[in-house]
Amino acid sequence: MLFYGTRLSSPLMLGTAQYPSPAILSSAVREADAGVITVSLRREAAGQRAGQAFWSLIRDLGVPVLPNTAGCHTVKEAVTTAHMAREVFETDWVKLEVIGESDTLQPDVFGLVEAARILCSEGFRVFPYTTEDLVVAERLLAAGCEVLMPWGAPIGSGKGLNNVFGLRALRAHFPDVPLVVDAGIGLPSHAAQALELGYDAVLINTAVAKAGDPVAMARAFRLAVEAGRLAYGADPMEARDMASPSTPLPGRPMLG
Amino acid sequence: MNILVNDETHVVTAGTLASLVAELGFSEARIATAIDGEFVPKATRGQHALAEGMRVEIVAPMQGG
Repeated sequence: MLFYGTRLSSPLMLGTAQYPSPAILSSAVREADAGVITVSLRREAAGQRAGQAFWSLIRDLGVPVLPNTAGCHTVKEAVTTAHMAREVFETDWVKLEVIGESDTLQPDVFGLVEAARILCSEGFRVFPYTTEDLVVAERLLAAGCEVLMPWGAPIGSGKGLNNVFGLRALRAHFPDVPLVVDAGIGLPSHAAQALELGYDAVLINTAVAKAGDPVAMARAFRLAVEAGRLAYGADPMEARDMASPSTPLPGRPMLG
Repeated sequence: MNILVNDETHVVTAGTLASLVAELGFSEARIATAIDGEFVPKATRGQHALAEGMRVEIVAPMQGG
């Protein structure tokens, strides 16, 4: 599946926040074989160069970057942040977040659609962080988005895919739209499940960065998405309620 | 004049946003700027005159999810 005309080297999108050190972040990105890394913008203090050091680190990684609008609660904030990110990171890709509720960090889908409409009309390639709502998805596509990123569960919760039915419906409804499960994935098995459902990628941050061994967890996620993708391509069996013997019954000796 | 840069008051001599960026040592840095909540592209910083009490934002790359 192409993301705005680009084929990613891997279905694993990895966030760059919360790692114990820059060296561990670099090792995790390499071990994950990440197809995209997400980045952000924050105030830079005069005399301090934290942002400049980080820029040189991500440039050395050589992985495509997807800037986010994390922390934005209004359309205006998100649109302005996207403009600043486009200049800083020299990309028209943007992971669009318009947060509507602080406890769950649930997207404000009304603001999201409006911000997406503005940014798409200005030439941005928008990756909207949304819910699994089909109608909102339709509106985002009508606004010009060519990728959808529904949440699995609240950001940083690690609860996995909360609404498998909804995610499955989204996949079935939009067979040709690149779909990414963004947020809520806590374990490699959650990522594998997303790929088994036919999702094109997963976006993970906390599950790797906050693991006791982020580099080992990055590798675990790499293997999980590979397994999930292979499984989807192999056409999984249908689940059923009752048992069905796997060992053939004909020819069974009469011993009773 | 007093300019609020990232919420901190700076007494500056710069007359434009471009010269403020230079005065703060960001000339070569990878940053983006805004004045009073409006994005100001790098190419037009020299055309934006500063005025007492303006709010300037200077942002740079940062880790994100």
